[in-house]
Amino acid sequence: MSTKKIRCALIGSGNIGTDLIYKIQRSPVLEPVWMVGIDPASEGLARAREMGLKTTADGVDGLLPHVLEDNIQIAFDATSAYVHAENSRKLNALGVMMIDLTPAAIGPLCVPPVNLREHAEKAEMNVNMISCAGQATIPIVNAVSRIQSVAYAEIVASLASKSVGPGTRANLDEFTYTTSGAIEKVGGARKGKALAIINPAEPPMIMRNTISCLTDDEPDHVKITESILQMIKEVQKYVPGYRLVNGPIYDGNKVQVFMEVAGLGDYLPRYAGNLDIMTAAAARTAEMFAEEILAGRIQLNAVEIA
Amino acid sequence: MMSQSNTSSLKGRKVILHDMCLRDGMHAKREQISVDQMVRVATALDAAGVPYLQVTHGAGLGGNSLQHGFAPHSNEEYISAVAAKMTQAKVSVLLIPGLGTMRELQSAFDCGARSVHVATHCTEADTAPQHIAYARKLGMDTTGFLMMAHLNDPEGIARQGKLMESYGAHTVYVTDSAGYMLPDDVKARVSALRAVLKPETEIGFHGHHNLGMGIANSIAAIEAGATRIDGSAAGLGAGAGNTPLEVFAAVCERMGIETGVDLFKLMDVAEEIIVPMMEHVVRVDRESLTLGFAGVYSTFLLHSKRAADRFGVSARDILVELGRRKMIGGQEDMIMDTAMTMARERGLLKAVAA
Repeated sequence: MSTKKIRCALIGSGNIGTDLIYKIQRSPVLEPVWMVGIDPASEGLARAREMGLKTTADGVDGLLPHVLEDNIQIAFDATSAYVHAENSRKLNALGVMMIDLTPAAIGPLCVPPVNLREHAEKAEMNVNMISCAGQATIPIVNAVSRIQSVAYAEIVASLASKSVGPGTRANLDEFTYTTSGAIEKVGGARKGKALAIINPAEPPMIMRNTISCLTDDEPDHVKITESILQMIKEVQKYVPGYRLVNGPIYDGNKVQVFMEVAGLGDYLPRYAGNLDIMTAAAARTAEMFAEEILAGRIQLNAVEIA
Repeated sequence: MMSQSNTSSLKGRKVILHDMCLRDGMHAKREQISVDQMVRVATALDAAGVPYLQVTHGAGLGGNSLQHGFAPHSNEEYISAVAAKMTQAKVSVLLIPGLGTMRELQSAFDCGARSVHVATHCTEADTAPQHIAYARKLGMDTTGFLMMAHLNDPEGIARQGKLMESYGAHTVYVTDSAGYMLPDDVKARVSALRAVLKPETEIGFHGHHNLGMGIANSIAAIEAGATRIDGSAAGLGAGAGNTPLEVFAAVCERMGIETGVDLFKLMDVAEEIIVPMMEHVVRVDRESLTLGFAGVYSTFLLHSKRAADRFGVSARDILVELGRRKMIGGQEDMIMDTAMTMARERGLLKAVAA
């Protein structure tokens, strides 16, 4: 076996981008090569340089001239919904596949244990990671809906105040809309609703998620519980701190599951499971694409600019 | 007029009353108030001269959910029905970012809502800039509503209030969601706000009566510079209810504070319409007192009683534990979670192997 790895760029030098460096460096199939920022004095860029990455403070345009010579094939975008479309267009044109951690959601929505394989097989050039709450809850909704039809699914995500950055705070409605929509599209519920609570308790609370599903017919307790436990194991493969606290508990047609998400504590603190599950899911997604590329099963092609 | 105390230092002060019984009161009614009941109550409050009344699901816009319960009608149906009948009162709504959205605010406005409490936890004002700006764009009377205000110190409340003002709030509220605060706590927070806010920015106080302090706290707020007070006819609201509005109006009249409401008509609304609607007597009982004593969100009351019945753990134990874990408004799911964890630890519930 060759030890060849797929070379990656990270766009956005904030907490998410920095945490991603750690996760990608551990991967047997990925290698972090570039980090892109917009502030030459940023701590994130300095740290990336210390960790051996090349950096630019000129945004994506600073990366473009190096894409081909450095053979960058996958880029993670942890900037904002406003600039993602442009970043994606420029990099896709050079044959770079984009993993979108912003709420832009240009490409198909991806929750690894639910639909990653499908996206990788199609060699999608842009996939979106939805939101932290989406990554933490949609697997459970899907674990119910793959057993029997779900009329309505509702998720409540409680996040530690310190783990919620200014971007999310200023755009909570986007978070609500994106997550609610994904509960339907990926989770498989006919109607989805997402609630977010930001709790400032000290010491910070570990991310909690409560998932409630209303099934059309009486829920099959045994099958649904088994499906949920199996799904939790799938998520634990990339987020070891994904833990069932209570449930599944049944009340008529209602199934409720109470989860906790502790992070790995790579760069972000352990309580910020919400950020960790995003970076872990993004890294997992990149790995599957990388495995497919290395095995020669898919090829990334430059997307022509219309 | 009734005899007035000649010594009141608040004589001649003008205060705007805001009734909550058709919003906070929804909590006390498990969200089950009908459109007809809302119209009847609102019409009577309007006739009594109450200038603002809040009408929505207890959790506000977007509130219909498994988490907060489903009302028999949509917020739009309630707001439209009530707004159409008002002769002078403005209809207001509650919007908690993370639950309600700007789309829902637009829809409420289209149905006739003209005032909004944009509510955040007392340390998280920066989740509200979009919604406050949107309310202002719609031309609504806009309040930044700092919930669970006992969990932030006066300087912190002042900073958060300043943010709300910078987003465009006309009024900043100190909201005692847990009914935990004492008059000195209220005064310190209102004074801190008054010291930093622009003179034209108003200050409000929203009380809960869990320690029986609703009226005393509201008076303390006015002494420190508040000009808007939330209350609820007959106190119909979460926990031991809100500041009973008719009682507060009577105290104001005695002190010479001008509210513009007709006290006797308001008393009649409370006695003849609201009290007969109550499913349980909204009062300071063991559990609601626990809320005030432990500093727990008032809406948790009925949820905790239900969880207690289901899992065999006392509601008081659950509430105290929620207070210890610093759970805040909106985390109603953690009531059942906490009850289940406690029941498991006491051998009353078996865990699912994972």
